[in-house]
Amino acid sequence: MLRDVSNISDAPLVGNRGGDSQWLASGTGPALRLSGAWTVDNARQIDRLIRDLRVTPGGFRQLDLGAISAFDTTGAWLVLKLAERLSIALPDGMTGAQHGVPELLERVSSARAEPAEPSVRENPFVAALARLGGGTVAALREMASMIGFLGAVVESFAGVVRRPGRLRLTATVHHMEQAGLNALPIVGLISFLVGIVLAFQGAEQLQRFGAEIFVVNLIAVSILRDIGILLTAIVVAGRSGSSFAAQLGSMKVHEEVDALRALGLDPIEVLVLPRVLALFLMMIPLALFANLMGLIGGGLMAWAALDISPTLYTDRLAAAVTLPTFLVGLIKAPVFGALVGLVGCYAGLKTEGSADSLGRQTTVAVVQGIFIVIVVDAAFSIFFNIVGF
Amino acid sequence: MSETTMTGSAASASPSDEDAIIRVRGLTTRFGPQVVHDGLDLTVRKGEVLGVVGGSGTGKSVLMRTIIGLNQAAAGTIAVFGQVRGKLEPAGGRAREQRGGVLLQGGALFSSRPVAENVQAPMREHADLPRALMDELAGLKIAIVGLPHDACAKFPSELSGGMRKRAGLARALALDPEIVFLDEPTAGLDPVGAAAFDILIRELSDTLGLTVVMITHDLDSLYAICDRVAVLAERKVLTVAPIAELERNPHPWLQSYFHGPRARAARQARQ
Repeated sequence: MLRDVSNISDAPLVGNRGGDSQWLASGTGPALRLSGAWTVDNARQIDRLIRDLRVTPGGFRQLDLGAISAFDTTGAWLVLKLAERLSIALPDGMTGAQHGVPELLERVSSARAEPAEPSVRENPFVAALARLGGGTVAALREMASMIGFLGAVVESFAGVVRRPGRLRLTATVHHMEQAGLNALPIVGLISFLVGIVLAFQGAEQLQRFGAEIFVVNLIAVSILRDIGILLTAIVVAGRSGSSFAAQLGSMKVHEEVDALRALGLDPIEVLVLPRVLALFLMMIPLALFANLMGLIGGGLMAWAALDISPTLYTDRLAAAVTLPTFLVGLIKAPVFGALVGLVGCYAGLKTEGSADSLGRQTTVAVVQGIFIVIVVDAAFSIFFNIVGF
Repeated sequence: MSETTMTGSAASASPSDEDAIIRVRGLTTRFGPQVVHDGLDLTVRKGEVLGVVGGSGTGKSVLMRTIIGLNQAAAGTIAVFGQVRGKLEPAGGRAREQRGGVLLQGGALFSSRPVAENVQAPMREHADLPRALMDELAGLKIAIVGLPHDACAKFPSELSGGMRKRAGLARALALDPEIVFLDEPTAGLDPVGAAAFDILIRELSDTLGLTVVMITHDLDSLYAICDRVAVLAERKVLTVAPIAELERNPHPWLQSYFHGPRARAARQARQ
């Protein structure tokens, strides 16, 4: 400890960390002599020194700043703290201050005026209750705001339908390419692989009953009615929902959305509608492609594992699949596309001006997008079951 | 800075260079085919407030970024605190970073942290301070730059542009640097706020012996607080001189700069 102290104040303020920490001052005079560099580099030691200082009544009545070799605002802060600790009133109680030091002390002490407010400790039960209430209200508000957003998009869409000239055709086509066309490879690959898995798993079970041939029905019905479409929607949510949120979020942070509004343009019409419309339209070809690839994957696996020849496979396929089966799946595709687009754009526009918020909203876009797609898919299943498709 | 050459680093040691804190010699920077600086020389003296002016696109910000080390120079030497850049040990590099503070255009605060934590960020990384002391010091810096106390807990997105700049200055001053670089500190501030900012910088320079390098278009700032002004034009520092001398410089750009209506108003305000 002695060595630590020596570089901030040589003889005057020396402590030993023995049994009881005792602080000595040089000389017997009423002035405490500070020396060395009172700067941010030594702040840790000086701060500890001041905290451990033992104040004796009738001790120091003055601070001698004459031997201070370097000084900055941190040092000034610490001098003020020390003076307060020793109940010495500055600037009267200091001597030997060099040029600049009194001014700096004055500056720092005037900035110091307001003390930090003490943090209020609240009842944990009340705090938990308040959090629950706050969360509920926030969730309800969020829901209302989402419905409001949906309404605004529908209204904007209605406007475009009445006057098609207002549709941002270039932007829409751009997003159709970005979110639709460019997603074909990944959507196709995933669907193909899932078709293989489905055929393989189904074959194992059905073989026990000698009903291998029904694996074709299994593949056809599950891929066309549900899995092909759902997978496409999930991939699109991960791919395009997130990118929509990031694009709009970044625009929001840089006040581009406000700039649009200030120019008299409707961000919903300019930004949201082309994206939602692009996904709405492109989900149909994407889902068709996913269906095709899924059936091909399943067919290959059936051929390899069960010796069901492609000719037999297509024959069984034609028998197993009715038009409603096919349409029931396909009709969901544009709905899912629009939902993913809406959720992505909504999340993006909810971004507040920080990097954290942008990251959070991108996550929200994907998670909520997938969640909503699955919920709506379940609702569709129940509905079709009731109406008997 | 592998391509750094030694040309001219030891060449000129005029008397005024004795107390040089930054010495730039023969600096050339380029972005692809576009040459921004070509053989630029600049000396910053200890304790002065140096203004940097120049038309848009003359590379004021690039010069500052190169001195700080955010840009690579194509040729030339930059000596900061007497040590030539690029020849420093890593530890020396860290020490230099601690001795300089930077305020970038727009404040460049970390958007995901409240103001107090922004100010504490350099302390946390470079200084070994106890938590309570860091809180106190952050509060102090925030008060010194003239922000209200409740700004500590606010996020940058909740502040106005001027307040963000002040918070940026508080962060630049966090470690009591010997030199601060300010990129258009008063741009976008209201006149009262800008004047207060000027006074603050002058005061810090006087009391702390702080060296300030300040890019500015604010003629009021130039007249009010700058000891010397460096003029960037034609890919070089055209001249460095007190403002009274610059007014008499016959260079056409300087003539139009200092004898336009706005300059007249600023000059009159000083008299």
